[in-house]
Amino acid sequence: MRCSLNLLVSVMILAAAVAGLAQSRTYNLGTPLSQEEIRAFDFMVGPEGKELPPGRGTAKEGAEIFAKRCAVCHGRNGEGGAAQRLVLGSPGNPHLGPFKDTEKSATSYYPYPTIAWDYINRAMPANKPGSLTHDEVYAVVAFLFYRNGIIQENDVLDDKSLLKVEMPNRNGFVPAVPVWPPNPKKPSWY
Amino acid sequence: MDSNRSGRRRFLKQAAALAGVAAGAERSASGQSAQSEAQPKDVHIHGEPSRFVSAGRGVKTRIDHMTYYTPLQDSAGIITPAALHFMQTHSSRLPDIDPQQHRLTIHGMVDRPLSFTLEELKRLPSVSRIYFLECHGNGSSLLHGTDDPKMGLPVQYIHGMTSCSEWTGVLLSVLLKEAGLQKGASWLVSEGADDGKFSHTLPLAKAMDDVMVAYAQNGEPVRPEQGYPLRLVVPGWEGPSSVKWLRHIKVVDQPYMTWNESMNHSIPRHDLDGKSRWYHFEMAPKSVITRPSGGLKLPGRGFYEITGLAWSSGGAVSKVDVSTDGGRSWKEAKLQTPVLPKAHTRFTLDWTWDGEEAVLQSRCTDERGEVQPSLAELNRNWGITDTDQQKTSRAIHINAIQPWRVARDGSVHDAMFS
Repeated sequence: MRCSLNLLVSVMILAAAVAGLAQSRTYNLGTPLSQEEIRAFDFMVGPEGKELPPGRGTAKEGAEIFAKRCAVCHGRNGEGGAAQRLVLGSPGNPHLGPFKDTEKSATSYYPYPTIAWDYINRAMPANKPGSLTHDEVYAVVAFLFYRNGIIQENDVLDDKSLLKVEMPNRNGFVPAVPVWPPNPKKPSWY
Repeated sequence: MDSNRSGRRRFLKQAAALAGVAAGAERSASGQSAQSEAQPKDVHIHGEPSRFVSAGRGVKTRIDHMTYYTPLQDSAGIITPAALHFMQTHSSRLPDIDPQQHRLTIHGMVDRPLSFTLEELKRLPSVSRIYFLECHGNGSSLLHGTDDPKMGLPVQYIHGMTSCSEWTGVLLSVLLKEAGLQKGASWLVSEGADDGKFSHTLPLAKAMDDVMVAYAQNGEPVRPEQGYPLRLVVPGWEGPSSVKWLRHIKVVDQPYMTWNESMNHSIPRHDLDGKSRWYHFEMAPKSVITRPSGGLKLPGRGFYEITGLAWSSGGAVSKVDVSTDGGRSWKEAKLQTPVLPKAHTRFTLDWTWDGEEAVLQSRCTDERGEVQPSLAELNRNWGITDTDQQKTSRAIHINAIQPWRVARDGSVHDAMFS
């Protein structure tokens, strides 16, 4: 019994060593990053919103920021201008689809509430990306969701409530979750 | 030391530009002194085409994007010169990246998050491979009939968002193995350093297969408009997967559905009750005759070599058929070597024009046996009726056969919708 246990333990140690070896760096190039360093650039936010930072904002606050920072390209109420249209439907009256190809830029088209937050935070406004504070991003997103009829004017968006917003087009995508490889019975141009 | 030097160079460059002697300033990265920067530019240092060669890229710019179209009508062989490679970018200016300052990070679900300098990436084992890159909006129905001289000839502005290069760099799998993938890792999302922070999701299976982190194109550093100093090259897949100005790769356990892929890369479809198909991944088999093509004129009856390009994400092109009578009969074209997987393939067919109206078109078959569809077949597949096809909103992933009509006067016209 003891003998076989010993054998088992040695096999386990050997297996761990082999696994460790297989996972070690081959070329030893590149600098290891600390969690603190990663936090300084890790802004991409996924559908689960795990990376969302603290902050809060409402549509009313967002209206002012939108007027100052966004309206010049996207129109006063997000109806579009030099840049894309962001609003479809109206307060209390969301556009439930189907969407035309030309309507895909509207915030209500996005399947997840995090998409608008993530993109505005990293890439907007186009002339000074990344210049909005987190509170301002929550507020602008609240304004756009309100204008699209998705939330109420006084709803507060923060890193918790944003995730609870029900997007009207959440089920408007096929396949529901992207898969690779795709259906082998269909041609690649399906 | 380097950052100080380059900072000083940047200052001198800016000062030179302000003084109105910007000529040659773009060469500052080669380490010339401010004095030499002020000299008139020697065009032979980076050679230029003959002054008799006029065709360059077609151009379309808007506030939120820039598009430059490859002049396919003048293309030869399979390689697109970097200077003529198409460009489609979702911002109105290009990043100006100092390679000394640039870092590529691999983080997320990895054992050892790592940051690489360009020099470190160049020390790693390299590969050079020839691949096409195609914008998923290439061949859009919306482009036919565009009459804007700045955008070039029809084959250029309809199909010129495909190009083919020899890319050199490191396989992404090498970097991911260095970082050590964690259990459960299944996707990754990468981000560029452009204003729009262009981001795209990739399944890990593809990333570990043939995806490259490229620093060179056709034997020279990747140009700024192609992502200098680093870009992803995702062979065969829709262009946006190949993120330019690449700086972050985050390994995750689900598709990240960033703004670009949710909005621009999905298509509302009739056959799916108006729901949107998204994540198309691959560019399907396609071909186009580049000469003779729309906007050109045949000087008279007689011999012409019909020539064009074919390509597919499904691997190598196995066959190209050409018709000169609008698809009633087909002849197998000659394929010029090399015939490489996921690369442009040049085809030719000898043809004697009898002076009568002719409709020229080509049809690609790839090594998986997939055949390029006609517009009618594509429409049927997507649930679009023939009467709807002109007003279809479908603007991406169109690989339909392209017909060119040769009129009796020798003029050649786009016949996709007429």
